[in-house]
Amino acid sequence: MQAQTSSLAKKRAASTRNAAIIFLVPAFVFLIIFIAYPIFYSFNLSCYNWNGISSGKDFIGLGNWKELIGDTIFRKAFINNIIIMILSIVVQLPIGIALATFLDFGGKKFNFFKVIWFIPMLMSSVAIGYLFKYALDANSGIITGISKLFGGHSIDLLGNPNTALVTITVAICWQFIPFYMVYFLAAYSGIPSDLYEASTIDGATKSQYFWKIALPMMKPAIKSAIVLSMVGSLKYFDLIYVMTGGGPGSSSELMATYMYKNAFASQRMGYGSTIATGMFILITIISLITIKLLNGKEEV
Amino acid sequence: MNQKSLIKNISIKAIIGILVIGWLIITAIPFIFMLLAGFKQQFEMLMGSVFDLPKTLYLKNFIDVFKGNIFIYFKNSVIVLVVSLTILLILSACASYPLSRFKFKFNKPIYAIIVACMSVPVHVTLLPIFLMTTKMGIYDSIWALVGPYVAFNLPISVFILVTFMQAIPKELEEAAEIDGCNKYRIFFNVMLPLVKPGLATLAIYNGVSIWNEFSFALTLTQSLPSRTLPLAIWEYQGQYTMNVPMIMSVLTISMLPMIIAFVFGQDKLIKGMMAGAVKG
Repeated sequence: MQAQTSSLAKKRAASTRNAAIIFLVPAFVFLIIFIAYPIFYSFNLSCYNWNGISSGKDFIGLGNWKELIGDTIFRKAFINNIIIMILSIVVQLPIGIALATFLDFGGKKFNFFKVIWFIPMLMSSVAIGYLFKYALDANSGIITGISKLFGGHSIDLLGNPNTALVTITVAICWQFIPFYMVYFLAAYSGIPSDLYEASTIDGATKSQYFWKIALPMMKPAIKSAIVLSMVGSLKYFDLIYVMTGGGPGSSSELMATYMYKNAFASQRMGYGSTIATGMFILITIISLITIKLLNGKEEV
Repeated sequence: MNQKSLIKNISIKAIIGILVIGWLIITAIPFIFMLLAGFKQQFEMLMGSVFDLPKTLYLKNFIDVFKGNIFIYFKNSVIVLVVSLTILLILSACASYPLSRFKFKFNKPIYAIIVACMSVPVHVTLLPIFLMTTKMGIYDSIWALVGPYVAFNLPISVFILVTFMQAIPKELEEAAEIDGCNKYRIFFNVMLPLVKPGLATLAIYNGVSIWNEFSFALTLTQSLPSRTLPLAIWEYQGQYTMNVPMIMSVLTISMLPMIIAFVFGQDKLIKGMMAGAVKG
């Protein structure tokens, strides 16, 4: 009897396993072909000197990697990525939290603000890129328009190596603040509403509720937002590619735009793959360290 | 309440009001610029101030855009969206079911691997996928985009759908099992109908990101018959570099489908994006 039940249980387990495999295989086919395999392929390509077209690839071992370490433009691009990352975290998250807090306190009557503030989230990066490129244009842009209103000259923010990167960051913030607004709005909806009621009964003001209850409750959400924003800024591409293409010179070059240029404009597939793989390694290391740091603080 | 705290209260409200309206203006200004410029003539843009209203309701820009190839881009975008989204929803529903419901040996590690894929930057795979599509002979066709779009949106979709499926009471499934349903029938007849709201959320969240995707579309397609709407802006820009009103009208038109969708389903859209935002 017992043997029978155990073999039945085994049979059941086996059929569950088979069903699991059948359900999971299609998804894994896509993940392996388009994510796992390309990562290895990219590693592999980074050891070759190749223009992407000719049939012969020159194996040069770690030659590309040596070049990457000494490459001043790549270093510049990495620093630009870090600058964007810091500015993004410092600007986007607080404004995102502030907007979400306002909407959460206001409830339904502020729906109008929510709807308007949300709209940039629906736009593609290309559209935002061009919108800002022309809105900040030296001849017909808004800033120049304001400056002319006061009798000033035309101002070229994107054409100036000193201001290009910061100007792009403004556009990036404009694009992503709505995302963090929605993100923290979701975090707010996770806080039980009786907590707010209880705190008002205890005589807490709204600002006390925000600083002492809501913000600590949202700590995990803020942590993930930091990681999200970091990874996002390190792999940033679309907007910069559209607005300045990394220029003027390499003043707003990012790792991703530099990779794209090498692979397609200079036809250096091998070196492009090295940059891409380097980017992958850097992003992984930085995000692992951050996650460790953020979680480590918790225990202290 | 004494007078001092009343003044404090009012001044706080005033500051909040200024900030709120300030942000409203910051959000709106680029759109206002876009609309104003779109209705201007090229010389008008060069001569007048940015803030002038268009002298006449000049529609030729928009008519020119509609006479151009915009519908080809639009059609491509719709096909890519529908095909990718369909495959994506089916695959993520299939994958989420065992991960949220079955007890088997490698359940947790498999889930962890899928979730880890969320943090892989698109650009590491860009060149290999470009080379693969050339080799497969689908380079410069809209079908080249389907694979990457499905794969890169799959991890987040599974992540969201697993939470949806975990919330469904186990009893329903058990009742079906007692009635003699196997896992496959339970999936199609019990799980799928119950998880519809989750699928709708996924459709919205992924729909927006697929509709707006740029990097793969730029790399994997090259010619008009296979390019999607975000590339239309790119190409019009190359064609009319100096004609700002023309480019702004292209931008306006390319945004229209999203804005229309937003007008009709803003609650659903915002909720869908909220569910997607919690992924962290």
